[in-house]
Amino acid sequence: MSISARGVSKRFGDFVALDDVSVEVATGSLTALLGPSGSGKSTLLRVIAGLETPDSGTVVIADEDMTNRSVQDRGVGFVFQHYAAFKHMTVWENVAFGLKIRRRARAEIRERVGELLALVQLEGLAQRYPAQLSGGQRQRMGLARALAVDPQVLLLDEPFGALDARVRTELRAWLRRLHDETHTTTVIVTHDQEEAMEVADEVVVMRGGRIEQVAGPRELYERPANEFVMSFVGHVNRIGDAFVRPHDLELVLEADDTTREAMVERIAHLGFEVRVELVCDDGEPLSIQLTRDEAERLELVRGEIVHVRPTRETTFT
Amino acid sequence: MLGYLLLVLLGPLAMGVWRVVDHGLGDAWSALSDPDTVHAFKVTLIVMAIAVPLNTIFGVVCALAIVRGRFPGRGLLNAFVDLPLALSPVVVGVSLFLLYGRQGWFGSWLLGHGYQVLFALPSIVLATVFVSLPFVAREVVPTLREIGDEQEQAASTLGASGWQTFWRITLPSIRWAVVYGVVLTTARALGEYGAVAIVSGSIQGKTETATLRVQEEYENLNQAGAYGIALVLAAIAIVVLVAMTVVRPRPESR
Repeated sequence: MSISARGVSKRFGDFVALDDVSVEVATGSLTALLGPSGSGKSTLLRVIAGLETPDSGTVVIADEDMTNRSVQDRGVGFVFQHYAAFKHMTVWENVAFGLKIRRRARAEIRERVGELLALVQLEGLAQRYPAQLSGGQRQRMGLARALAVDPQVLLLDEPFGALDARVRTELRAWLRRLHDETHTTTVIVTHDQEEAMEVADEVVVMRGGRIEQVAGPRELYERPANEFVMSFVGHVNRIGDAFVRPHDLELVLEADDTTREAMVERIAHLGFEVRVELVCDDGEPLSIQLTRDEAERLELVRGEIVHVRPTRETTFT
Repeated sequence: MLGYLLLVLLGPLAMGVWRVVDHGLGDAWSALSDPDTVHAFKVTLIVMAIAVPLNTIFGVVCALAIVRGRFPGRGLLNAFVDLPLALSPVVVGVSLFLLYGRQGWFGSWLLGHGYQVLFALPSIVLATVFVSLPFVAREVVPTLREIGDEQEQAASTLGASGWQTFWRITLPSIRWAVVYGVVLTTARALGEYGAVAIVSGSIQGKTETATLRVQEEYENLNQAGAYGIALVLAAIAIVVLVAMTVVRPRPESR
């Protein structure tokens, strides 16, 4: 089901959380709201869910105006960063909660909860309490709980933000697979550009309560709308008025009129990738990404003078 | 620490026990089995049965308003709930007396319609409700703050109404704070003397409560009787407190 927020504004006292924001989410897509903290991404998600009332603007879900509908009537599944697990209930009871509220038949509840626990791989832990689960397990329970009521749209507020890096990567891949199977329209809020680029079809970049750019991951990286988006979705060097990605710089040993002189300050071996930190002749720092083979061929040493040539640069007017 | 507790808490209690035994258990028993004493305990129980549930409901509603409410004057409400802790019960008694007396604002109207408040059960209930008001709210407020409102929000996204969320999510989360508040309220209601002494008139066999009865026996130079009744009151309070400690789960298993 599609989601559309139009002209949404929201203030908290003097703080403008959302400033006339409009966004469209296509049916069956997985969209990420990406931005630094305070950019308004979580507020926008909560406005869509009905957990927050906008000062102005409308929210439409599946072609129905939901602006004045209560959160209970919007048919959304919501997943919270800190899980919001019902601590006094078992995993089974947590997942069954929405179905019990809807007074579904007992047999139906048993079947549906069983299915969902299998889907999130928590069958063996049905009788545990949330306090006895790991963070990753709690969040999978949170997802099963939200999916139990067959929501029209699934909204996730920094769902993996409180988890350690390895679990986060696992759950991210798992969420993408889940979406490919169910095709539930999903919106995920994140401040992690890698997470947004990996998991989403479309990324909405936000800053200061406004939308900076809406694009697919590839377009976002290759054609960023402005300096903010460019530096938020990846590392970037500034050379004069131009912006250059670390992998769009060539390192050569012979100078010519397209190169600049720089000194090797630090070489970091990160496996396949080698990152070289340089200082230009004008004192500006520069970061270059090389493959291991390239680095070996150049035989770089610290303190060496080298020459740098951008192969692809971006300027904003 | 322990010595201080012994001196301040257990000392007087032990003294009471010793006095009862010293004067002979017979005296204490005859004071306890006196119909006026039995009636006094009945009055105390009836007052508790009304005041404790009333203050439990009020306390929970009040705590919810203080923590979750979004209205001006929330801070004022928070301060007002503590008022009975700061006011001397005698002041409460006198205020009620002025309000419900023959010349009082409410008293003259109520009397005109045939309702006797002062020197009757209603005034004892009013006084007890007032002095035992803060305990449930004081226990529940910090617990509500601690659990936050994310679980309640989650319940609402799953379709639960405000009422369903309260019964299924909020109340189970604060239940031990409520239990503890109820125990403190009960103890306070059981022991109230000053305010009740003023508004009830201490009419033997009518409006005398157990604590007033202790005073009565003491003034009549029946020390064993007074200590006997006092010990029964203390025993009830101790049983309630111990029961709660046993029932209350360990913090880590919550």
